[in-house]
Amino acid sequence: MNKQSNTYTLIYIIVLVIVVGTALAWTALSLKPRQQENVAADKMSQILAAARITPDKTEVVADFNKYITSSFVIDEKGDKVEGEEAFGVDVATESKVATSRRLLPVYVCTLADGSRKYILPVYGAGLWGPIWGYVAVDGDGSTIYGAYFAHQGETPGLGAEIEKPAFSDQFEGRHLFKEGKFQPIEVVKKGMVPTDGADYVDGISGGTITSKGVGAMLDNCLTPYKKFLRSLAEGENSDLK
Amino acid sequence: MAEKVKNSEVLLNPLSRNNPVVVQILGICSVLAVTAKLEPAIVMGISVIAVLAFANVIISLLRNTIPTNIRIIVQLVVVAGLVVIVDQVLKAYAYDASKQLSVFIGLIITNCILMGRLEAFAMANKPWPSFLDGVGNGLGYAIILVIVGFFRELLGSGTLLGYQVVPQSFYDAGYVNNGLMILPPMALIVVACIIWVQRSYNKDLQEP
Repeated sequence: MNKQSNTYTLIYIIVLVIVVGTALAWTALSLKPRQQENVAADKMSQILAAARITPDKTEVVADFNKYITSSFVIDEKGDKVEGEEAFGVDVATESKVATSRRLLPVYVCTLADGSRKYILPVYGAGLWGPIWGYVAVDGDGSTIYGAYFAHQGETPGLGAEIEKPAFSDQFEGRHLFKEGKFQPIEVVKKGMVPTDGADYVDGISGGTITSKGVGAMLDNCLTPYKKFLRSLAEGENSDLK
Repeated sequence: MAEKVKNSEVLLNPLSRNNPVVVQILGICSVLAVTAKLEPAIVMGISVIAVLAFANVIISLLRNTIPTNIRIIVQLVVVAGLVVIVDQVLKAYAYDASKQLSVFIGLIITNCILMGRLEAFAMANKPWPSFLDGVGNGLGYAIILVIVGFFRELLGSGTLLGYQVVPQSFYDAGYVNNGLMILPPMALIVVACIIWVQRSYNKDLQEP
């Protein structure tokens, strides 16, 4: 048989691609459940990180079920949306739709001392790719209890510093409501102060675009929660608590 | 390869005398990217050993049937298939490491060591020597990765495999982690130091 003929080459490559394709499809299918478990556990540990809980790798799911006592989805008016699972909401797509139609997940975290923290997911854009995170708010609807940020591909040592505690710990104790006005935390250059009186944290030197991205992300993703947070502050709407 | 090479040499030569990274200067890009910590360096090393060994065996088994015109394409299909399988397995069983390595596992496909070994060795040799050649070259690559990762993590973060090894008393006395070690340029400098040490021991590797 002539191994250099066109027919042989063509048949050879077709058979090869089918064999390799089948092998890949089989691997992907058989490993899928485990991969999805890993992704879910990773998301759970990120949510817990916002409430300053760092579970052991093997106990992520157990700790998540222990601390996150309830979760629900609300709309911009602060009303509960029935039939939606908070964990299943894709924050990445939700952050791009108009605020009036947005699904807003809320995770209620009950700590060992009985206090409740409300964990809100955020999603935005850094310099090279998406950035996301979770912000835990105290029961007063204004004080930030903790924050967690992550990124896909920001520059190590510069923009990537947003995932370090040195950056996210700055958020603790900041207020979303200033003199009755809702103003999400701003990320500013070190030594600067926002003109509108909002609470602020220092950005990262050399990571200006990523820092601005964090500020814009908080603005875009926390503002729709305004009514909900205000109702928390005023202590009404007790069924959401 | 016209001359007959012993199997043991096929396996052991790439470890030092013919190391793919420090002698042939191949695959440098991934050394930069994955060695800031020791753990991803080890996972990356193991992944490359696995992909290289199996790709070598498969290509060696197919070597008499592959049409010459499309041999590079066939090699790429085999390598790409294996790399995707490794990537999927890591995502299922070593999620944290796969998160850290992110795109670099996928980039094994373009690692020059792989194409080099397939084209230069597996296309002309029987499966068993090809397997040894793959393991040997993979190990040679992994060793350099681990050495670089060891120094970068130790000096850059004061940890090894995530465990604190530089005692707190050092920090109290004013010791500071060298932040430069975390940044990519230091990987090249460490590789250069390894090349320097290796060439001063192996005089015949020195270029005039």
